[in-house]
Amino acid sequence: MNRVLFLAAILAAAPAAVMAADARRDAIIADYAVQAGKAAPGFAGFSARRGEALFRTRWAGGDERTPSCTACHTENPRAPGRNAKTGRPIDPVAVSVNPARFTDRDEVEKQFRRDCKSVLGRACTPLEKGDYLTFMREQ
Amino acid sequence: MTMRRVIVLAAALLAATPAIAGDDWVPPVKDPMVRKECGACHMAFQPAFLPARSWDRMMNELADHFGEDATLSADKARAIRNYLTANAGDVVAAGRASKYMRAVAPGGTPQRITLNPDFERKHRKIPDRVWKDPRVVTRSNCPACHRGAEQGWYDDD
Ligand code: HEC
Repeated sequence: MNRVLFLAAILAAAPAAVMAADARRDAIIADYAVQAGKAAPGFAGFSARRGEALFRTRWAGGDERTPSCTACHTENPRAPGRNAKTGRPIDPVAVSVNPARFTDRDEVEKQFRRDCKSVLGRACTPLEKGDYLTFMREQ
Repeated sequence: MTMRRVIVLAAALLAATPAIAGDDWVPPVKDPMVRKECGACHMAFQPAFLPARSWDRMMNELADHFGEDATLSADKARAIRNYLTANAGDVVAAGRASKYMRAVAPGGTPQRITLNPDFERKHRKIPDRVWKDPRVVTRSNCPACHRGAEQGWYDDD
């Protein structure tokens, strides 16, 4: 009986963990929405389509080894990537494959700071960050 | 002490200090935060490969970390600096570290482990096509060839 209970607890905990992760990600996106609204009064919500464009565009504004986000995260967000500077493998960034993605605010901010500088040669705006997460959430 | 006990003890000692089995070993990174933060972009290199003063300099220059902005929150940076300097090559002097330390100029603060003469000597025979392999990318990608690199083992050559 104990075993059954234990199993049931594990089964119940898995979707609950995913829900908690979703809530944390949604809160991060909501935060970016507040910032984006402050930056532009005409802000009308994030767009996965714009997020995808950010992801795929060849910016070539920063490091020559990383002209686009896809240089490390590959063309397919559901596939594992590889760091173009160091060769280190990177887990997939699509939320459907990796439900823990974009759930730690500090981690997300730190990585946007580094990666946007590498690719665009500047910081990403709150609008760009929100669009990107909105795109990845649907991937 | 019985013979059996002696053998068990010897085995335990060997297991605890793999350096005895060869000097292609350095103590692995045990701290989870160091593993995570230093290991996000590249392997979390074992602190034994550089002297403490090199790590101090590296932690002072995170804003331009080999061209990368690798800055961290102050509390994380402090904890990582403490770990790296406490386990640096000139402090622990275990395994391969002593060979690396011998090649460091007195007072020097080298930053690239892959420029240490001992590294160069050990990799002299590696052909260019290996370094240029898309799975390797750079010389600092130890685990591409050394499968036990993260655990401190570099003997698979
Ligand atoms: C130099 C390689 C590289 C490039 C180019 C790159 N990234 Fe990343 N990215 C990483 C690494 C490494 C991580 C951290 C490891 C991980 O999360 O698996 C990461 C993680 C992230 C994260 C945090 C993921 C999380 O779960 O919290 C975000 C956000 C991100 N990248 C956005 C971008 C954007 C936007 C671009 C393009 C502008 C981009 N990245 C381009 C290497 C790269």
